[in-house]
Amino acid sequence: MNTNTPLLQIDDLRVGFRAGKEILTAVDGASLTIYPGQTIAIVGESGSGKSTLAHAVIGLLPGNGTVQGGEILFEGKDIAHARKDAILALRGSSIGLVPQDPMSNLNPLWRVGAQIKEALVANGVAKGAAADKRVVELLEEAGLPDAERRARQYPHEFSGGMRQRALIAMGLAARPKLLIADEPTSALDVTVQKQILDHLDQLTDTLGVAVMLITHDLGLAAERADHLVVMYRGKIVESGPALDILQNPSHPYTKRLVSSAPSLASQRLSSQNARAEVREQAVQTAAEIAAEVADSETQFGEGVDDIVVVENLTKVFKLRGAKPWQSVDFAAVDDVSFRLRRGTTTAIVGESGSGKSTVARMVLDLLPPTSGNVLFDGHNLRELKTKAERLRLRRQMQPVFQNPYASLDPLYSIYQSIEEPLRTHSVGTKKEREAKVRDLLEKVSLPTTVMSRYPGELSGGQRQRVAIARALALDPEVVICDEAVSALDVLVQAQILELLNDLQAELGLSYLFITHDLAVVRQIADNVLVMQNGKVVESASVTEVFDNPREAYTRRLLDAIPGGSISLGA
Amino acid sequence: MSETRPGQERFVAPIDETPLRAIDAVNVDAVPENQWKEAWKRLRTSPLFWLATAILLVIALMIFFPSLFTSADPKKLDLADSFEPARKGHPFGFTEQGGDVWARTVYGARASVAVGVFTTIIVALLGIVTGAIAGFYGGIVDTLLSRFSDIFFSIPLLLACIVVISVLNNTFPDRGFWGSVLVVVVALAAFAWPQITRQMRGAVLEIKNLEFVDAATAIGASKMKNLRRHIVPNALAPVIVASTISLGVFIVAESSLSFLGLGFPSSIVSWGNDISAAQTQVRSGDNLQVMFVPAAALAFTVLGFILLGEAVREALDPKARKK
Repeated sequence: MNTNTPLLQIDDLRVGFRAGKEILTAVDGASLTIYPGQTIAIVGESGSGKSTLAHAVIGLLPGNGTVQGGEILFEGKDIAHARKDAILALRGSSIGLVPQDPMSNLNPLWRVGAQIKEALVANGVAKGAAADKRVVELLEEAGLPDAERRARQYPHEFSGGMRQRALIAMGLAARPKLLIADEPTSALDVTVQKQILDHLDQLTDTLGVAVMLITHDLGLAAERADHLVVMYRGKIVESGPALDILQNPSHPYTKRLVSSAPSLASQRLSSQNARAEVREQAVQTAAEIAAEVADSETQFGEGVDDIVVVENLTKVFKLRGAKPWQSVDFAAVDDVSFRLRRGTTTAIVGESGSGKSTVARMVLDLLPPTSGNVLFDGHNLRELKTKAERLRLRRQMQPVFQNPYASLDPLYSIYQSIEEPLRTHSVGTKKEREAKVRDLLEKVSLPTTVMSRYPGELSGGQRQRVAIARALALDPEVVICDEAVSALDVLVQAQILELLNDLQAELGLSYLFITHDLAVVRQIADNVLVMQNGKVVESASVTEVFDNPREAYTRRLLDAIPGGSISLGA
Repeated sequence: MSETRPGQERFVAPIDETPLRAIDAVNVDAVPENQWKEAWKRLRTSPLFWLATAILLVIALMIFFPSLFTSADPKKLDLADSFEPARKGHPFGFTEQGGDVWARTVYGARASVAVGVFTTIIVALLGIVTGAIAGFYGGIVDTLLSRFSDIFFSIPLLLACIVVISVLNNTFPDRGFWGSVLVVVVALAAFAWPQITRQMRGAVLEIKNLEFVDAATAIGASKMKNLRRHIVPNALAPVIVASTISLGVFIVAESSLSFLGLGFPSSIVSWGNDISAAQTQVRSGDNLQVMFVPAAALAFTVLGFILLGEAVREALDPKARKK
């Protein structure tokens, strides 16, 4: 194989989607080259056209998408305008695909082995018993132990990581020359992501497969690929050697990305210093508020230093047992204790199933704990007996949830959503409430014209701003952010984190910040609680955890931050 | 690092060709649009909706202004006219009893549609309340309500109505138009609500776990307030669709009951009664219009409601809607 002849050459490719009579351009004049055995990464936000570009290569554009111009040369032959059967022949055998969502890309009614076998048979690689044998080999190669038994299982018996391994086995089944991996790990936990990408790297290296990696994570792209392509609104804005781009970004968009990507920003000292400033100011403001609360008769709370104290919190769920009358205890949260100091942020970090969100729900008094206590400013939540006391607690502690698409009532206008807490607590007259809503929108940097609009018309980031405005409507002291930024694009995420920091400094807020992403912690938090399987494995200040992690699990989480090891320029 | 190969040189797009936009900028000119407004917009452009509206408009005119369609008196029976063919002012001739076929069909719309509309309203209200309570409170409340509705669901609708109406007919032998409508509505509604209950329960179960409900709880909204203000309004769409379609089904059920001699007493003009009275003519094959005209009116009305239901479903179905 001549490694100096391009494997794939895309030249001035334009892809459009028909929407009624208009044609919306999704990819506009993209050119790139991939050599055999090489890994390149296409980086961009959602809507940048990166997935459309990849789908055009493998002829999988949705019905209303067409190639409007340009060429896609695979081994010198144009496939952009080739006949359908020619592309069908390439698919699987020459170009493999690892799709994004491991949850929906396997047929739940078929055994995993049968689905991989289908790929082998369809591409004429093997048949019958030989194919069965090959399936087991492929699964083993994809890093699934006990492959023979696994092949006979159904997708629901697999975890997300295992499904993604099965999909990798499928993508590589016919030994393609090019593998397109479309966000292959974005639905997975970070440690699983690292394992899978490491394995994929090693596998494609040994097999000499070229990889086209589609990702939104610049750090991950730079760590895995030699050549980077940055896309923005359908155009390639910058491309070149990965390290070079990271260290000397030229295009303003790339500069923005490099400075915002949390995985890269987390190692910067500047973000640590900025955080220290925020904290200093917030603690000062919070102390003034605390003094007021302590003197006031009507305010809820005593004005103590640790505004939230959690003691030995445990939540046990009863799961259905083997027989109808039996049940199994499952400790989702197991003996968790921590203190949140006024004006600071404590982050709870953990992977899915670690119990971090259950802790948040118990602190918010949305879920009764099995045992243990939550104290808010000196008051034990369990000892609040009257409705009035509970209402007063609610005013002081508000949530911002993860899913910007589900956290606002779709039938409520933005104004109604933000006004709802004020109305529930009968705050002010109608006029005063409207003034307050305007003020809140300004605080979260949204124009007041959005007041009459509905959530469906706003972007994820804008909805999250509305959710923050709603949380701040009652002037709470504590805001609990449950994965509040994890569904957002990196630039929007950085913007919301900055907003949260500004608000904390201005209003002296205390945050409990639940996240699966250790990378954002350095930008927002002062203390970290690392959780695994319902237990706290490490609890320390952010600097200690990053510089000097004590527990092996924490180290694994840190290692898994993509791009964490890349040295940046200035 | 390996050296750069052709086609992979460092490339930076000219900045004036790829200008930066503000991050996450708000489109300030957009017009506010919520789910209902959007659904209305989709309805307005649906040919199905206009076809259904046209049909139902004709039926509505028949109900409220029957004199627009006929000048004959539907209750005037003259045996001298028995099976007389069409003549001026009587476009479809006369029934066996000497009633005007067209006039009886026009005036018959009232009874049939009244049963359909009122049954649907009662069934929807019952179903929404029971379904919302079962879905929201869950646990033992849900189990009891769901099993109770299952019992009703398992009884065949028409069979149960026949029993109930027979009993009511004996208890209240003399009841005017509205009394008769009430009896049929009560009998149908008593056994038709579980379907809406199930649908509502499913929708509430899904919505009560969404984050905006938690957010409202964290604000301090009580359970009832949450149910009333957030959960029920968001769960209504599928119930509205099911109700519109079931309206036609109830009209058919009423006609079936009348056909069996159980719906309306013969003193009330209704499609079911006329179809029933025309049975004999089907066997002989003569005077088929006596059967055909009221049957066509019935089919036409049911079609109108089913088309409307389909149009509403298309407008409201979240799967058909793009994100």
